[in-house]
Amino acid sequence: MSTKRRTIEVELSTSGLDQQGRPQRVPLVTNDGGTAVALEPHPPIEPDLGGEHMLINIGPQHPATHGVLRLVLELDGETVVRCIPHVGYLHCGFEKIGEYRQYNQIIPWTDREDYLNSPGNNVAFALGAERLFGIEITERCKVLRVITCELSRMMAHLVWLGTTCIDLGAFTPFLWSFQRREEIYVMLERWVGARLTTSLTRVGGMAADIPDGWLDLLRDFIREFPKTLHEVDSILTRNAIWVGRTVGLGVMSPEDAINYGLSGPLLRASGVSYDVRRDFPYLDYETYDFEVPVGVNGDIYDRYLVRMEELRQSLKILEQALDRLPDGPINVDDPRVILPPKHKATSDMESMIHHFKLVMEGPRPPIGEVYVPVESPKGEKGYYMVSDGTSKPVRWRIRPPSFVNLSAIPKMAEGHMLSDVIAINASIDIVMGEIDR
Amino acid sequence: MGLTSRPESQSRMVEYDPQSQEGWVTTRFDFLVNWGRANSLWPMPFGTACCAIEFMASAASKFDLARFGMERLAYSPRQADVLICAGRVPFKLAPIIRRIWQQMPQPKWCISMGACASSGGMFDTYAVVQGIDTIIPVDVYVPGCPPRPEGLIYGIRMLQQKVMNERMADKHLLEEFAPDPSSQLYIPPPLIDELSEPFGNSVHQTRSAP
Amino acid sequence: MSETFTMVVTGSALPEDTPMPTTPYQIPHKGGAANPSAEALTAKFGDAIKSVEVGWGETTVYVDRAQLKAIIQWLHDDSTQQYDYLSDVTAVEYRDAVRPLEVVWHLRSLPFRRFLRIKTTLERGTALEVDSVHSIYHGADWLERECYDMFGITFKGHPDLRRILMWEQYKEGFPLRKDFPLRGRFSRSEQLRQSLTQNPEAKYSMEELSITEAFAELPDDVKQRLQGGERTGE
Repeated sequence: MSTKRRTIEVELSTSGLDQQGRPQRVPLVTNDGGTAVALEPHPPIEPDLGGEHMLINIGPQHPATHGVLRLVLELDGETVVRCIPHVGYLHCGFEKIGEYRQYNQIIPWTDREDYLNSPGNNVAFALGAERLFGIEITERCKVLRVITCELSRMMAHLVWLGTTCIDLGAFTPFLWSFQRREEIYVMLERWVGARLTTSLTRVGGMAADIPDGWLDLLRDFIREFPKTLHEVDSILTRNAIWVGRTVGLGVMSPEDAINYGLSGPLLRASGVSYDVRRDFPYLDYETYDFEVPVGVNGDIYDRYLVRMEELRQSLKILEQALDRLPDGPINVDDPRVILPPKHKATSDMESMIHHFKLVMEGPRPPIGEVYVPVESPKGEKGYYMVSDGTSKPVRWRIRPPSFVNLSAIPKMAEGHMLSDVIAINASIDIVMGEIDR
Repeated sequence: MGLTSRPESQSRMVEYDPQSQEGWVTTRFDFLVNWGRANSLWPMPFGTACCAIEFMASAASKFDLARFGMERLAYSPRQADVLICAGRVPFKLAPIIRRIWQQMPQPKWCISMGACASSGGMFDTYAVVQGIDTIIPVDVYVPGCPPRPEGLIYGIRMLQQKVMNERMADKHLLEEFAPDPSSQLYIPPPLIDELSEPFGNSVHQTRSAP
Repeated sequence: MSETFTMVVTGSALPEDTPMPTTPYQIPHKGGAANPSAEALTAKFGDAIKSVEVGWGETTVYVDRAQLKAIIQWLHDDSTQQYDYLSDVTAVEYRDAVRPLEVVWHLRSLPFRRFLRIKTTLERGTALEVDSVHSIYHGADWLERECYDMFGITFKGHPDLRRILMWEQYKEGFPLRKDFPLRGRFSRSEQLRQSLTQNPEAKYSMEELSITEAFAELPDDVKQRLQGGERTGE
């Protein structure tokens, strides 16, 4: 299990003493490879003198809530005494309408629930549906899906980076990260025609094969991307303001994190090395050489470090996938799920019947149920599908990582100050489309 | 849903007061005021879902919105000119967007960005408002799922043209465009129901037609 | 708070030489190796385990509703099981009117790298109630609220069971039930009217919070009025 800890040395740009001459910060880690030592915490926040508690309502329309989230905070002065989140402001009935749609028709719906990770959701759904149908996809499709998943992970982490920086007051990384996202958008648009909501996969394969020259675009992207990472790193990682606003806040211990059902970078920053790609692999992830970053302190700074490292690891996986991409068919050769080629459907009777049945009724899986989790950028994502033999699932359940992650926000935010709540909310990396479905 | 015809007196089309005289000064003043307003529309991004991400991409460096005057995204409705509703609006969010619209001071406009805000989009379910023009008055609809940044910019340019065509003499611009008092909706309820009817509403899940 | 956490490694309870897991292939539709926990459950709880099914590599254990909490508690606490992670709580209603509703728990053991699905059936005609596992897994908090909101299943012992995705005064029912039509029970204009009358600010106003705290001491008629939904909405 190669989960190395990255040790970095933080040099702060201030003298390190506050006005009373007390050491304000101590170095984050020692650079002799020893264990990390966290910073001194905030001085204990004493309850303010007397008076009432104030109720503050953040949202649902608010720039810093990452969507339509409503937080009701009971404040004692500046300290949060109670935090009550309200969700549901983006509930659209995904799971209900999944019961009225064929399996391939559900794929555009998977785009729109976690809209930052659309291609990754498409892959997650296709993996579950293929398990339910009992289909095994081709080698080329597997490697392309790994490329899709990792590109999607990078897209989502870039949005996280941009919006978290804006929340904490740094505007420039937002522009840098969205510029990189534009490059990924161009690639996706060349492939399937859509920038954001891609509907990339189908049951048994992909919507289309990659066009010529697409791999060169990807190689250029991989070559250029580390520069942005380096820029962001140099501007944030050792920045006194960033460190001061993120270290020691929103701490979740590993036992709590597991008990609350957290997943993804949030859980890994608390020191639990659960990554679905390692522990319950899919798409041959065990054959790729990558590391899973695990944090030490469970605070916001560690979550930032974990996500930055995941961006680097995604680049590594992309390079390996590019090298091993085989030729061959992209869709599985099964007429029960894949549409026959057009020239056959218009000339050959059997193909025409297959085409008709697949379009009008849709592919029908055997009776059964399946839950295939994948590692989405937010956490453990999976679609629990129950089939009764018809072409539409009886139950289509989305296991929402952000929903469960967000339920821990009262635990993380209570006792901290109002401005820290925004930072903690940003560090959980929620997407309301997934929470509310 | 915005293509329904409405009686003239309730429409948002520009109306001229036939009694007022448009002199050279008033037309110059109109032009000045409209030019100022159109080229500094501060948007209030009411971003809920995927369209909000495309809005953010429009505001980022490749498709910069700041060059159209939308330099400052006003997150407080009290300081905003145009409400850009980007994303689907479920029923739970409906009173919120109504309240935000009411909090915006005159002059104000609304852009409905995306298919979901304009008509409910692909979310024809129990939980989503089928078009925000039932609850707030919309000036420009931008189709797409999500619309490309170029599409949004086209919509913003359309709004700027609309603003340039306004006249001080138009009395309707000074009033808050109020909803129908009995139903509190901007489209008559029978019309809303009639437009939703063709799709039916059933518990039968396995028929071909959704 | 200036503490660092020792890393919790998945698979720590497995023997040292166990190879890392690989992507599963050739998974049979039915049959195949069951999760060892299923056997341990039948050995320990006997009759409470109604059946064990293995499909597509996943083990599903149907349990008796009355013993549910004891079973899940044992799965969580026992050192040979250590199901410390609750992945999901949900329900399934089948199109076949004869089949009863099922409540589903997805449990994961990080030390053993196992996945188990526990199901219990709520027979037609009986109350839609199950025990809450909130005291065992804190993550069940919102998952059970969502299950209540969408299906109407009450989780006994949950500290705060109220609607989470729909608004609290939502009158149309429980959306994911099969007798609930896709577009809701009321007409579109009626749904709009009802949604505009919900008062989102009343809940968790200072008034609301102080009412919740002082509820027990209020006189009965005031309690009736408050439970009927009267508020000043401050």
